Amino acid sequence: MTEKFPKKLLVIITEAALEKPLTELARRAGAHGHTVHDVRGAGQYGEREGSWEADRSIELKIVCSEAVANQIASEAMTRFAANFGLTMFFADVEVLRPDKY
Amino acid sequence: MQVPATSAAARVRLECNFDPEVLHSKRTMVDVVVWFFILGVVAKIGKSDLRLPEALYESLSIYLLLAIGLKGGTELSRQPVAALLPQVGALVAFGFAVPLLLYPLFRTLRFDKANSASLGAHYGSVSVVTFAVVSSQLARLALPVESHAALWVAVMEAPGLIAGTLVARWALGANPGPGPRTQLRWTQLAHDLLFGKSVLLLAGGLLIGAFAGDAGVGPIKAVFVTPFKGVLAIFLLELGLVAGARLLTLRGDAVKLILIGVLLPPVLGTCGVLLGQALQLTVGGMAVVGTLAASASYIAAPVAMRQAVPEADPAISITAAIGVTFPFNLLVGIPFYIWLAQQVHSP
Repeated sequence: MTEKFPKKLLVIITEAALEKPLTELARRAGAHGHTVHDVRGAGQYGEREGSWEADRSIELKIVCSEAVANQIASEAMTRFAANFGLTMFFADVEVLRPDKY
Repeated sequence: MQVPATSAAARVRLECNFDPEVLHSKRTMVDVVVWFFILGVVAKIGKSDLRLPEALYESLSIYLLLAIGLKGGTELSRQPVAALLPQVGALVAFGFAVPLLLYPLFRTLRFDKANSASLGAHYGSVSVVTFAVVSSQLARLALPVESHAALWVAVMEAPGLIAGTLVARWALGANPGPGPRTQLRWTQLAHDLLFGKSVLLLAGGLLIGAFAGDAGVGPIKAVFVTPFKGVLAIFLLELGLVAGARLLTLRGDAVKLILIGVLLPPVLGTCGVLLGQALQLTVGGMAVVGTLAASASYIAAPVAMRQAVPEADPAISITAAIGVTFPFNLLVGIPFYIWLAQQVHSP
């Protein structure tokens, strides 16, 4: 049977304006990569339909070690939570190539 | 009836004599594209399921910015650029001054420091689509306008955003709002302003048009010139949906935002028309500068302010800019600035 290795999936749903700062933060913290989707939805900051520049939201997914995920999440909270819509959650995932993450 | 080749003004006069439809359209000051905007607002307020794909919005905005730039660029290739420097300098100074002058006004209206600076930046910068609508209206009325007017849009986009950012840094420096103080990276802001979609495409279009000239742009005119107004109409339908959504969310500061969005443009527009007069522009040129001065940015400004002044609530500036001022300018402002330009213009 193929061997699987435990990792953390950190999902960050936020304003598109944060894509660049967050991906830079993730890289600095030690993440090897990330995936970004354009998304729409609603929350504390009202409805965001994603139909034009100022209304865009993203979902940023990062698979990494628990320590790296914690560092990214903690720095994102400190820098952005006061002024931006920010939803973050962690999930346990299994990967086949641990070095890749 | 076949109309012989003649000047644009004479052609309109000829058509007016014989075509009751043209006579009627000349009487109404509202351009046909504005009705598409109203349709969008009605669709949103009526909770229609109409939704234009984001990719279409993106494509149309790229098209419009490039087309406006190209058109201005081909005209630019025919004249000495150095002669335009005084105009450019005056417009840059005007755009820069607006946020500085508006900041105390917004503070008096009890907006906090960050929102006052951000609102000022939105009004200091300009709306490209409002420019497209006034240009279309002036063409329909056969009023002369400087052919390089797109250059004005390109140079008036950034100064207001820079001034708004400076005001915010100065005002918040001593007393930052809630949350940790974010370190502004000026190089990043400069990069985002220069390489942001609107300035890049407008300036890029202007340069391509200027270098290629009429002969070079000729083969792509079928894409960038002929369908322009139809594309603008579809884009305004989308902006109507966006503006309708902002109007539906009006609360809290609603009265203040409506007052700002309606009262500020005629004041700024009048200043713009007078500036155009001082620069000895044509009637159309004065109306364009008036419209640009009165317009508020909702493409470049929200993105830039989110980065530069994250403490500001984007809903406030965006609602004023696209929910109130943009529709006001389309329906009332532009006809007023054109009328005012005609009144103050001395031949």
